Amino acid sequence: MSSFPPRVSIALVSLAALACCALPAYAGQGRLLATGGATQVEGSAGGGVVPWAVLAGYGTDQQLGGTAFYTRVDTGDYALDAYGAAFTLHNRLELSVARQSFDLGELQRQLALPWDALEQDIFGAKLRVAGDVVYTRMPQISVGVQHKRMRDGTLPLALGARDDQGTDAYLSATKLFLDGAGGYQLLLNATLRNTSANQGGLLGFGGDQRAARSWVWEGSAAVLLDPRLAVGVEYRQKPDNLGFAREDDWRDVFVAWFPNKHVAVVGAWADLGSIATLDDQRGAYVSLQLSF
Amino acid sequence: MSIRTLCLSACLLLLTACASTPPPRDALYNELGGQAGIEALVETLLFRVSDDARIAHHFKDVNIINLNDRLVEFLCVQSGGPCTYAGKDMAEAHKHVKVAEADFNALVEDLMWAMDQRGLSRRTQNRLLQRLAAMQRDVVRRGQQASLQSAESGAAR
Repeated sequence: MSSFPPRVSIALVSLAALACCALPAYAGQGRLLATGGATQVEGSAGGGVVPWAVLAGYGTDQQLGGTAFYTRVDTGDYALDAYGAAFTLHNRLELSVARQSFDLGELQRQLALPWDALEQDIFGAKLRVAGDVVYTRMPQISVGVQHKRMRDGTLPLALGARDDQGTDAYLSATKLFLDGAGGYQLLLNATLRNTSANQGGLLGFGGDQRAARSWVWEGSAAVLLDPRLAVGVEYRQKPDNLGFAREDDWRDVFVAWFPNKHVAVVGAWADLGSIATLDDQRGAYVSLQLSF
Repeated sequence: MSIRTLCLSACLLLLTACASTPPPRDALYNELGGQAGIEALVETLLFRVSDDARIAHHFKDVNIINLNDRLVEFLCVQSGGPCTYAGKDMAEAHKHVKVAEADFNALVEDLMWAMDQRGLSRRTQNRLLQRLAAMQRDVVRRGQQASLQSAESGAAR
């Protein structure tokens, strides 16, 4: 694992410092279990691959909260590691940083590439605009951005990408129906994203085939069998900007376990479709989240 | 049986399921165990609350017998039972109390614990939670006073 650039280090250290020093005085766990969601692969509170309208941690309107996470997806040909932290102010504004490291595995062997991984840093902000996921008739609605910077964009740029950095913007609506699914709690989420990212940004932004930004939709549905256990599905539409390789939508089925307000574990089976000419990328997804 | 017949039967079944009459209004009351079940649930809940350092202070000057009786009536009415609620409505009853979001959620967690203790099924629990959730905005005061007090107690911790 390579070392952090100064900017990320400062951000991470600041978050860690907040977690250790400032938070014991002000951090709260006042929201209900699981209402902070898990951490999606880009570091925002959400499901596995979709950001939800909920904000990280368990702080209420008068409290602070936050999370740290580590996620690994392994398709056999490739592997993705993601880790980072999020901090939420008064259940209103979520700030997050994450790093993704995409192990090129099989592609590197096939093409004898001089890179073994593609990496990007993601700086996220999410603002809760209206509603409460549990208590209001309307869904909780949030708007967010994810600013993504590749650490070395040489390969994606050579493959036709227009840029090695880009910013996604999204609108999410999330609602928990307390007796929604045959008497069990049902969580529904819909997200509309504006993006130019190829494979979430790991293959750069924009492309020779399509340079413009795209609107894509993402959805999640989960049933809570118990306040601590959710099973669900997700779908994430993606643009298809690059000429050299097709890009598919992502989907997954997941089980999320919230034993308490400090730990969450998500296991999933993800179907990521075709990635950089290698088709049928499917595999296990595991994510660990710590909340404070 | 042909595929078409199968599909038709499935559609008809679905339609029948949707058109069937909703459960009677007192179904939840019966699921909670009627009057005796609700009384036991409220007793379990109030014991839990009195031990809950997060919110016990809200109840220290409250007439607990009266609270118990009003809560039983309230849950009876909310679940469709044959009772009359003699208390104030939720907004009126909490007009002078500084209940923060976290306080309300603490009570919800205590209620969920109490329902588990009483052995109520997940679906029954969810049905009751669904009926009570809409009251959150009447109980939680987001006024200046509530914020200040909580901020002070937060800082003092």
